[in-house]
Amino acid sequence: MFKITTEALDPRALEALLVTQEDGAVATFQGVVRIHSRGKVVSYLEYDAYAPMAEKVMAQIAQEVADRWDVRRVGVWHRTGRLEIGETSMVVVVASPHRKEAFEACRYVVDRVKAIVPIWKKEVWEDGESWVEGETLAGQRQAGASAKDAGLS
Amino acid sequence: MGQSQLELEVAEATSVDGLLQRLVSDYPRLGGLARFLMVAVNTEYTTLEQTLQPGDEVAFIPPVSGGCHV
Repeated sequence: MFKITTEALDPRALEALLVTQEDGAVATFQGVVRIHSRGKVVSYLEYDAYAPMAEKVMAQIAQEVADRWDVRRVGVWHRTGRLEIGETSMVVVVASPHRKEAFEACRYVVDRVKAIVPIWKKEVWEDGESWVEGETLAGQRQAGASAKDAGLS
Repeated sequence: MGQSQLELEVAEATSVDGLLQRLVSDYPRLGGLARFLMVAVNTEYTTLEQTLQPGDEVAFIPPVSGGCHV
């Protein structure tokens, strides 16, 4: 359910692992490599991860979901290595009996992955490259602290 | 430092912060980054105050940027 892989991601395969007869709603999110970023044309991206920890933190985020909603079926796959424009970098699947929880939990998981899972992205353009820093540098320590407060450690 | 991991011997009861200070002194380029790092011991997020035990794996984690490309 929680995987770092260099292989192409198939959302249908993750859904197939998760969805049961109890589920009336399946929320599937795909992160896709976009051509424009911060005013530049992206040639491709490279993702790197601290894989053993990343998979563990993903599972912990699923536990956070279970603590907040009556949702037990969450999956997160993230790809690493070189990704071309249009390829899928991440798939999140949430299956639940009703749609409200599925939507809310799916969004929560996507936001938490961005904040605390040890994965890094490098943008490569025609004339250079740069590792992308998280949304707010100052917020990152806080994100780690809140991860700890939330029982992640 | 040109490598993703290294093995170090530290004094007994060294904290994560103590290890970080040593790395910054060995690799001064880390200095500017140090205050932005999150830390993990044995793949669990923790704080700089944690005391290290024999065999611990410590990770200093720069600001993460996984997920969707936005």
